[in-house]
Amino acid sequence: MSKLKIFTKGFLKENPVFVLLLGMCPVLGVTTSAENGLGMGLATTFVLLMSNIVVSLIKSFIPDKVRIPSYIVIIASFVTIVELTMQAFLPELFDSLGIFIPLIVVNCVILGRAEAFASKNSVLDSILDGLGMGLGFALALTILGALREILGSGAIFGINVYSGDGALVFVLAPGAFIVLGYLIALSNKLNKKLYNK
Amino acid sequence: MASKKESTFINMVLTLFIVTAVAATTLGYIYELTKGPIEAAKRKKTLKAIANVTPAFDNIPSDEIYMLAIENDDSLVCYPSRKDGKLVGTAISTYTDAGFTERFYIMVGFAPDGTIINTAILSHKETPGLGDKMEKKKGNWSNQVNGKNPAKYKLKVKKDGGDVDGITAATFTSRGFVDAIDLAYKAYMKGGKHE
Repeated sequence: MSKLKIFTKGFLKENPVFVLLLGMCPVLGVTTSAENGLGMGLATTFVLLMSNIVVSLIKSFIPDKVRIPSYIVIIASFVTIVELTMQAFLPELFDSLGIFIPLIVVNCVILGRAEAFASKNSVLDSILDGLGMGLGFALALTILGALREILGSGAIFGINVYSGDGALVFVLAPGAFIVLGYLIALSNKLNKKLYNK
Repeated sequence: MASKKESTFINMVLTLFIVTAVAATTLGYIYELTKGPIEAAKRKKTLKAIANVTPAFDNIPSDEIYMLAIENDDSLVCYPSRKDGKLVGTAISTYTDAGFTERFYIMVGFAPDGTIINTAILSHKETPGLGDKMEKKKGNWSNQVNGKNPAKYKLKVKKDGGDVDGITAATFTSRGFVDAIDLAYKAYMKGGKHE
């Protein structure tokens, strides 16, 4: 697989949200607005990138039977680092995202990439994979958050688009499922067209 | 690619030990590094809230704090703001359990006669997109209580027969918000410093 393909596959072909359907908990939970989606996506990208690098670096020192606990410790450490750093230096962002940050630990995208990719590939490939998958995840969350914000609160990134209250259901949990369903259908259609699957 | 280490008992114990030890050391270091800035950020937030809910002052309210006892042996922290030695307002850090999710904290500023000057949300976990409309940056809903004196203004949402307009689809949050103010008001009128 070419380097470019490793990087770009996360955006559409193997998008963690729309195609692999991984990490649904933060996807459905935080995407009430575009801003929250983007913030969560970028925090996840950082953790994914760092854990991919470390896992790829130490892959040959980890005995097979204890690899999962080792990966989880590594991932949890990076999540804590993100949480503390954000709390210290970006208190405004932490105010809106704080309660979702610990959710990154249980995001199966990260463990999934550590297990399926970083533990078998070189550091450079793992960096590309982490970046691509992370940004694909962030892109999906931002689109989902933006749509829900437009439909539910009549705004995008906090800027009012139309007046009125919007359809409340899209801000609540059922709206997340509805919008996600349509987006998955759309991405399937796009994928079929682009890759002739 | 190098072959993996065998999963012998010694190997596994050693690997897990090293991984966790490195992780713990790193986190300890990061914790020390961020402890100061986190404390500073929290203090700054409290000070900002005090400045937002009381008129201009020239003392340091956090140096003159006193506690107001309330029911169930709890107490509220009060920050008196003075200008030229005269009390201009008291910021009270209060909370409520009547919200939609768990307990949330707000800061309310009272003039010496008990009139509400302004409010600020300290922390909450209300539903994003609904209950969080009580935050100043998400709308001016909370401003309706400013300048009202609870002696002549019924601190209850209209649904419950009071004078406060609730947030659409977030009645519980609105109830919690006025409940927190009510708690602080009663405590302040009972035992607060008025000059």
